[in-house]
Amino acid sequence: MSERIKTGDGGIILTNAEDLMNWARLSSLWPMGFGLACCAIEMMAAYASNYDLERFGIMPRPSPRQSDVMIVAGTVTFKMADRIRRLYEQMPEPRYVISMGSCSNCGGPYWEHGYHVVKGVDRIIPVDVYVPGCPPRPEALIGGFMKLQDKIRKTHTPAPKLFLEMEASQTVTA
Amino acid sequence: MNFQEITALISSQFPDLHINADTKGPQPILIIPVESVAAVCSFLYTNENLYFDFLACITSIDNGPGLGTMELIYNMTSIPYGIDLTLKTIFPRNTPGTPLPSVPTVSHIWRTADWHEREAYDLMGIHFVGHPDLRRILLPEDWEGHPLRRDYDVQERYHGIYVRYEDGTAAPLPDNEDRA
Repeated sequence: MSERIKTGDGGIILTNAEDLMNWARLSSLWPMGFGLACCAIEMMAAYASNYDLERFGIMPRPSPRQSDVMIVAGTVTFKMADRIRRLYEQMPEPRYVISMGSCSNCGGPYWEHGYHVVKGVDRIIPVDVYVPGCPPRPEALIGGFMKLQDKIRKTHTPAPKLFLEMEASQTVTA
Repeated sequence: MNFQEITALISSQFPDLHINADTKGPQPILIIPVESVAAVCSFLYTNENLYFDFLACITSIDNGPGLGTMELIYNMTSIPYGIDLTLKTIFPRNTPGTPLPSVPTVSHIWRTADWHEREAYDLMGIHFVGHPDLRRILLPEDWEGHPLRRDYDVQERYHGIYVRYEDGTAAPLPDNEDRA
């Protein structure tokens, strides 16, 4: 890109609606404000002033109904699994899930003898990005968000089948 | 008051009781029969030369189906006199399909025993007779079995989710699955 002084007068951006929607979505990812174990401490550090997730438009929301992304930060026990599934079901679409840390990726240190641990949160809800680490540093969580933003940027939502059929039938009659 | 004096005091109070003292280790242990736990604890709590007013811990041990016994260890402190005591009781453990082993509760003597006994019930499967509210404290209500027992086998699924790592992702849930 060429160097140019932004004056604010004039100028045109050419884009399409899909890219614009994707850009809007990835620029304000609101995670649900909840944590399960020690990974949540790193997540809180990432929210706080040193790492400041707010500069990416990421700010925690107190309700699943206002959230775009769920960060599963910590050990998912069977007792919590039902609650996590219910919280996920309460989130409006499009919704994304970041699995943060070894425990929620695959059971972590509890994979063999943890009678109480779900061996990966992907056994109960679909996961978009896995962040490895025990616990992952805030940089790693930010990296996970970058990956998720990449994923959203490349999203091409297919038109609904019913709409395509309607369009096809209209072309024939016209 | 030292361990020997406490042992002598309990022996004189309960002459019919079969009391053993294990003084081999650095921490002397008083071993009492299981059915007398509440009576002895009540005496230790109220006797004016002892006043064991602080129950620090209840430990439960499963010695496995081979030995066929379980143990409960009570660590208590008398704050006014600054003395400690370790009480132990050994009792037979139950085999699968038979009722849980019963131990008298001490929750009416020390309120702190309430949650300790619920934890021992939850993870070890010890029934405390006379406990006001003997429910699971850590695991979900509908959990099967007591996981810290030596012969515990994990259930295959919990609410449709496979428990073991090797079994992989769960099959889709049925529509009528209780997700509360």
